[in-house]
Amino acid sequence: MQFEYDIQGGDFSSAGKASSDIKKVLKQLNIDPQIVRRIAIALYEAEVNVVAHAYKGVMKVDLDAQKIKIVLEDEGPGIENIERAMQEGFSTASDEVRQMGFGAGMGLPNIKRNTDEMHLSSVLGEGTKLEMMVIF
Amino acid sequence: MEKPNLKKLTEDLHFECLASKALLDRIPQSAYVSDLLSDVMGKAQADMIWVTSQVHKNIVAVASLKELSAIVIVNERPVEKELLEQAENEEIVVLSSNLPAFETVGKLYNYLDTRR
Repeated sequence: MQFEYDIQGGDFSSAGKASSDIKKVLKQLNIDPQIVRRIAIALYEAEVNVVAHAYKGVMKVDLDAQKIKIVLEDEGPGIENIERAMQEGFSTASDEVRQMGFGAGMGLPNIKRNTDEMHLSSVLGEGTKLEMMVIF
Repeated sequence: MEKPNLKKLTEDLHFECLASKALLDRIPQSAYVSDLLSDVMGKAQADMIWVTSQVHKNIVAVASLKELSAIVIVNERPVEKELLEQAENEEIVVLSSNLPAFETVGKLYNYLDTRR
């Protein structure tokens, strides 16, 4: 099964729609609730990252009986130093985004903790690609 | 002692239910306090009550994804109708406390603790 979602930068009111959609699908497929929760966390954080940092992005989800693969590609400023971005507490989010309770520098570490595989790559000034996988 | 449901808790602690009154039979398991959404995403457990002063719509998405029992908004902060409608749609209970976070959580801690 494949799903694709467009994500608009800055559109916080829609953030979480794709995650909640996929979560419903996984529940219907009777995937272990613990695993569904992990995937929902990773998806939501990834979605919010695009909303908070990029101009726009696409989330592609590929699902089979053994695993879920998720790829998010965005057009945006990119990440200057990925190692630093992965550090808990580091964030480049704007004050406005922080006031909403985002930008605590916990999103990427949350994704790492809740996925079996995670790969982040970026071209400065162009965009960022996040690939993640969870095995059922 | 039997654990109280949200209805009893709301009455006993003088909270006000703003959304999803039909779901007050839920029995909450402990609580989590944070205004950082990623903190809640990472650390809160299902069926917990979430105490926060955030009042934008994303708190509903977080509560729904984490399957939290209820959101308690502190300090009687005004909540937009749109948020409450979304909460009803996503089956999230929204409660309002007229006390600041510290007092709200203190009451909640004692209440849940003595009934453990």
